Amino acid sequence: MKKPRHSIAFWASVAVFLVAVLAMTQLVRNEYPFFAGYVILQFIALAVAWSILGGYAGYVNFGTNAFFGVGVYTAVALVKATGAPLVAQIAAAAVVGMMLGFGVGLLTLRMRGIFFSIATIALAIIIETVVMNWRFVGGAAGIQIQRPPVMAPFDSYVKMLFFVQAVLAVTAIAIARYIQNSKIGRGLQALRDDELAAECTGVPTLKLKLVACMISGALISAAGAPAAMYLQYADPSSAFNLSYSVSALAMALIGGTAHWIGPVLGAILLGSTQQLLAVTISSEVNVLVLGIMLVLFVVGAPRGIIGLLRPRYRLRAGGKP
Amino acid sequence: MFSMDLLLGAVLLGVLLGCFYAAVSVGLSVSFGLLDVPHVAHPAFLVLASYGVYQLNDSYDIDPLLAGLAITPLFFLFGLIAYRIYYETFERRGSDAAVRGIAFFFGIAFIIEVLIILQFGVDQRSVTATYIGKSWRFGEFRIPIRQLVAFAVALTLTALLAVYLSKTFMGRAIRAVAQDEEALRLMGANPVRIKQFAFGIATAVLGIAGALLIIVAPVEPTLDRAYIGRTFCVVVMAGLGSISGTLIAAIILGVAESIVLTMFGASWAPAISFAMLLAVLAIRPQGLLGR
Amino acid sequence: MTMVADAPLLQVGTLTRTFGGFTALDNISVDIKKGERFGLIGPNGSGKTTLINCISGALRPQAGSVVFCGEDVTQLPPHLRARRGIARSFQIPRPFRSMTVLENLMVGLDFAGVGSGQREEEAAMSILTRMGLAAKADAPSDTLSQVELRKMELARAMAVRPKLLISDEAMAGLSSSEVDEVLDLLISLGKEDITIIMIEHIMQAVMRFSERVMCLDAGKIIALGAPDEVMANKRVQEAYLGT
Repeated sequence: MKKPRHSIAFWASVAVFLVAVLAMTQLVRNEYPFFAGYVILQFIALAVAWSILGGYAGYVNFGTNAFFGVGVYTAVALVKATGAPLVAQIAAAAVVGMMLGFGVGLLTLRMRGIFFSIATIALAIIIETVVMNWRFVGGAAGIQIQRPPVMAPFDSYVKMLFFVQAVLAVTAIAIARYIQNSKIGRGLQALRDDELAAECTGVPTLKLKLVACMISGALISAAGAPAAMYLQYADPSSAFNLSYSVSALAMALIGGTAHWIGPVLGAILLGSTQQLLAVTISSEVNVLVLGIMLVLFVVGAPRGIIGLLRPRYRLRAGGKP
Repeated sequence: MFSMDLLLGAVLLGVLLGCFYAAVSVGLSVSFGLLDVPHVAHPAFLVLASYGVYQLNDSYDIDPLLAGLAITPLFFLFGLIAYRIYYETFERRGSDAAVRGIAFFFGIAFIIEVLIILQFGVDQRSVTATYIGKSWRFGEFRIPIRQLVAFAVALTLTALLAVYLSKTFMGRAIRAVAQDEEALRLMGANPVRIKQFAFGIATAVLGIAGALLIIVAPVEPTLDRAYIGRTFCVVVMAGLGSISGTLIAAIILGVAESIVLTMFGASWAPAISFAMLLAVLAIRPQGLLGR
Repeated sequence: MTMVADAPLLQVGTLTRTFGGFTALDNISVDIKKGERFGLIGPNGSGKTTLINCISGALRPQAGSVVFCGEDVTQLPPHLRARRGIARSFQIPRPFRSMTVLENLMVGLDFAGVGSGQREEEAAMSILTRMGLAAKADAPSDTLSQVELRKMELARAMAVRPKLLISDEAMAGLSSSEVDEVLDLLISLGKEDITIIMIEHIMQAVMRFSERVMCLDAGKIIALGAPDEVMANKRVQEAYLGT
């Protein structure tokens, strides 16, 4: 497969971005930008990960909160049991998320898209119930998490988490970009357009859907793992909060799912707006605004922000615009 | 350890519960089963109706069933408008529209949930009526009268809708449009108007179903999530579009849930419907009495 | 898996497919020779599309078998059959709407054809040129006319490099000159040693195209043989006119 001509530009930007993030942690004293930035980077990771299945394949996951919560609690369980470092927590969360994606996918991806969506809601309810009854991680009451001492070159744990989440976001973007430009991406696009025709044209639709579901699940859970350390506590109702599901879905669809940059734009725009609203008005209202914007965009601007910025932009299958 | 008595009691309550589930799902049988609308906001509309009933009951002391009847025309209108928006935006086009259609209803459901929280808070709400709070002795068992009331109304509602769809002209037109839209168009009827009307009816039914919901048990804003499994389970088990199948499927679900509730406790009850839904989709996707 | 030189390409054996109480295919057996131009006719609802759905894999039969190039493919999913060389077009065209015409073909070449990278694009262009669609290569597929869509369906089927190509009513609703265009295309494909099954209602096309014709009615084979024999068959005439 021919490498897209933007490859060098992309990786160069990634390097510059990460260096800038690192520099920020060394130079900026005030902690607030890191708290807010962490949340936005987390949303970028979630929206991009969601779009791998929802945007490319067209299977709408309503249960992002399930995968996210699983990531949180995998980290919590690991820390409580073994005191494992953050990297191990994230890796474990990714593995569990992948297995969950595989399980849910195997059960429901043979069926129509709407049944997959409903199954993801079921997943969220069932897993949240299980965790609420799991005494080891605190059950319904939740659990306090002790942060380990922070490592150099960071002087505060939040700054380190900010950098970690930046790496996770970049990883999600890189993977989404790879998929988009590859044969897998073309196959997903075909099966999204017409699954039966894709099958009869040689596309292994079930396999591709499973792969997309597993990757999406792994990335969402990985993005959730540091949250326990970020908040320094975990409880089921916040780890499995439905707003994660709505946010990931809304940010991806509002941004536009034809290209990986769409969810990134959606996450940055809506994430920042949310931060503003949550601080100024209330957290319920900010989530309500998200829901309303989702409906407005889905009805009025089907291609999302990408579609508004470049109306005749058509993503050529294989990623060459 | 459970006794025969306990099991029998569970089955009995399960049948009552099942009829209630039928009333709650029968609208979806029309909107998703016949019209193929990915209406994941159906349970949210249901919960909205129940809060409407609560408001009328709380502020004006209106009996919940009458309140439900009162909001029915409002919900009919609501359904007409909702379908028109859905049709204009999503029914036409291909691949992308399916994703956006589902996302649309998900967004609507979420908005409804948040609005309810903003207006009523997260605590449970219930209604008061003469038949709530008393039980009836039936041999060995005590059945709350409100369950019996819900059972009777639900049965009536389901039967009325079944009769409407099979005996009246409009009802048969609705069934026809689900099967062969083109033929209907050739006969001069406007399939879109018919579908819009059908969706209106399906939503109107939720007015009364919402009353039953809050009669049977207290409601809270996130209740729609538990009911999405139940309603879709019933509709799929019944076979998309079969109203009589809806009653049978709902009773099966009701009994299953009731038994699990008795044996394992309430927290696992919502899982039953999802598990049964997945099982049916895997084994016999056309349902029990499918078309 | 050895293949005898003149063994049939496709062997359909006692194929039965029901939908609920309705029998769409009733014990159908037929062998199709390599390189054959095979016409499949029958009134609406006789089971033609069900038969090719079972051959291409979109449906599984309740009983019977489909053997392709000596291999039993009855339970194989469609994408694996496509890779083995069974391609089909759809009665109502099913383009990948978000893609251009060229990209539609690239899907087939990517997943079921041979070659990689640059050669695929060339291969796709040559198929399009053949089909008379070269000028539309970069056009979004949702802007094509009916006849262009039909041709793209066939082009996309060609992109999987099929040994067996099934054309499902590719000419329905076209004008007579358009019918001739598509027919000429199919005949020229037939000359390249691709086995073709053509489902059609347009009898002149079937007569011109086919070496053998099979007529289905209510899930059963009521005639199989040379085109003029089948057309003259009383039962075939009754099936179409109805008594």
